[in-house]
Amino acid sequence: MLASLRRILALIRKEILAVLKDARTRNMLLLQPVLQCLLFGYAATLDLTNVPYAALDRDRSTASSALLAKLDGSGVFHRVANLTQAAQMKPLIDNQTALVVIQIDPNFQRQLSAGEQPAVQVITDGRNSNTAGAALGYVGAAVDSFNTDWRSDHGLPQPPVQVSARAWYNANLETRWNLIPALVGTITMMSTLMLAALSVAREREEGTFDQLLVTPFRPVEIMAGKAIPAMMIGTVQATNALLVAQLWFRIPFAGSYITLYVGLILFLLAAVGIGLFVSSIAATMQQAMLYAFVTIMPFALLSGLTTPISSMPAIMQDFTAINPLRYAIDLVHRVYLEGAGLDRLVSDLWPMAIIAAVTLSAAAWMFRNRLG
Amino acid sequence: MTDAAPSPLAAKARRVGALIRKESRQVLRDPSSFAIGVVLPLMLILLFGYAMSLDVKNVPIAVVLEDPSSQASEIAASFQMSSYFQTRVTRSMAEAQELMLSGQVQGIVRVPQDFARRSAQGDATVQILVNGIDGNTARIVEAYAEAAVAQAGARVDAEGAASPAAGGQAVVQSQLWFNSANDSRYFLVPGLIVLIITLIGAFMTSMVVAREWERGTFEALFVTPVRTDEILLGKTVPYLVLGMGGMLLCLAAAKFLFHVPIRGSVPILMGVSMLYLLVSVAMGLLISSGLKSQFLSSQVTLVVTFMPALMLSGFIYDLRSVPLAVRLISYLVPARYFVSLLQTLFLAGNVWSVIWPNAAVLAAVAIVLLAFTRRATRKSLG
Repeated sequence: MLASLRRILALIRKEILAVLKDARTRNMLLLQPVLQCLLFGYAATLDLTNVPYAALDRDRSTASSALLAKLDGSGVFHRVANLTQAAQMKPLIDNQTALVVIQIDPNFQRQLSAGEQPAVQVITDGRNSNTAGAALGYVGAAVDSFNTDWRSDHGLPQPPVQVSARAWYNANLETRWNLIPALVGTITMMSTLMLAALSVAREREEGTFDQLLVTPFRPVEIMAGKAIPAMMIGTVQATNALLVAQLWFRIPFAGSYITLYVGLILFLLAAVGIGLFVSSIAATMQQAMLYAFVTIMPFALLSGLTTPISSMPAIMQDFTAINPLRYAIDLVHRVYLEGAGLDRLVSDLWPMAIIAAVTLSAAAWMFRNRLG
Repeated sequence: MTDAAPSPLAAKARRVGALIRKESRQVLRDPSSFAIGVVLPLMLILLFGYAMSLDVKNVPIAVVLEDPSSQASEIAASFQMSSYFQTRVTRSMAEAQELMLSGQVQGIVRVPQDFARRSAQGDATVQILVNGIDGNTARIVEAYAEAAVAQAGARVDAEGAASPAAGGQAVVQSQLWFNSANDSRYFLVPGLIVLIITLIGAFMTSMVVAREWERGTFEALFVTPVRTDEILLGKTVPYLVLGMGGMLLCLAAAKFLFHVPIRGSVPILMGVSMLYLLVSVAMGLLISSGLKSQFLSSQVTLVVTFMPALMLSGFIYDLRSVPLAVRLISYLVPARYFVSLLQTLFLAGNVWSVIWPNAAVLAAVAIVLLAFTRRATRKSLG
């Protein structure tokens, strides 16, 4: 037992040296999570802060200017053009100068005063319908606020039912609070799975795997020696990403670190298991890497990182059941933002444990039989 | 072979031809090339076309009916009938909170006890609590809930009071140009072409060439009569063909499977795709001849080409709303120009004021990168 432990430790040491001895690889593994979190933390936001719009105000009344002033004052919209006729709209949208055109018909103020419901035409560039939808939501909010002002200024009653909305865990609904914790899982998975997939393939390509086999190592010890270093590097990467989330983006950490790391280690076991399994079917490093990549893609896209799982068709939702990243992202979100404890995370923990058990034993079986 | 001395041009063509043949065979023989050249594009098409959707559907929420009145049930009913939500009606707030804490619902709509009485007086409140972790979904839940409540409120009002409360307010009438059905596939599928070309062009090329460097077969090529340009040409052509194949696959899927309109001209679409493919292949070649290691070049290629093509190209996230520094970085991402071109050519048509500048940037980047690659490859001879 002790001898076995010593052998595994020696293998871990060798493996870590092999990966980290190259300064470029070392830097890439350590800095990449930080850079990606920084870049994507700023880039990947569905919140709009800058919407160029053009106004076609055919009414030119106090009411229509008050409405446009609401948009200008929102801090989100800035007016790039004042149009005088509808024909000017098309080129502005076509060449992406304006994302939104607001058209106010003549008689806007007269209709408002008469108690009618004048329409405000909003034309949006649907090339990215997601951005367009978000912009439309902001216009709606500005119009609502204009209506409230108009009604109180003209002694009209407010709508009888008011809504008071509140968001738990992320009061300002910032996309970044959702994204960065999710990236902790995604980035770690990418590197860990790749490292594990490459570790055996490298030895095989260089012919040192056969040498390893004639040593007293048992297959299980070789597996442990390959899995643990990849997990150690993954843990360091996750920590780096967490540091960026807290020290740079100042996203408050609500949970317990012990819970988080217990979950992460289980997740890393699953990722390494998949990586080692890929490694066992690949003949060369290149194959290992490409197979790993082909595996990572659906895992990343079907994890809830970019689009919600509840919007996927049922069959794809079923597929996400075998996706460790899906559970990891949910787990990091809930520990980080909600402060959930282990008792509330059981539904995330056991699937990852099963995935880890299945893939690790499948990899072990493949190694033993391929060597035999 | 004929007796006459072959012209230098014919000899050159023969050398390049031989290299292309060698490279193509290598691609065809390796099952992993098949995985990335065919399986991955098909998989991405299926995932992007069928699985990924930013349209919110079936969000689980709880409606707490503390008021048994008919007005209150009407609000609950409007949630139950909507395809946006999977509604569970509960009687107590504590029960709903427990559902939210255990992650079974994403939001709570609470109709308080005095709702009917206070709505008769015109000051009723409905409370909405959403799990804000997924801010986008949360915002949509909020907006929908507000609309549903306002509708129910208007009905209550019409029955009860005589005041023209619904009048005297502006309403928004929206038109979504280029995508009137508001189908998120319309921008996901063109974006997919960017990702697939990036993967085949940059990722695959960089891996293959890095392997040649690692094994020393690249240096071996230098001692043959083949010139640097010819080596590069031999490396580029097979991946250009493979990349265009992936692109055609996507185009066919877009047209016949997902019915995304192609409003611009197809030859222009192919032309700019070729330009972007050239840029990708050049990036792959440059990275691999700079790093000469398979693991490093694959990781660097992912970080430098694929991730930016996904996140910094305007494909999903709007670049006008990112901070200035990130926007400046995004100008360095070739995928940005290609996304602009594709979105316009697919959905808007031949808008020359978009096509010319973006295509010119891509062409310039391709030339610069190929020149750099040529230098990087030649230098290692010395």
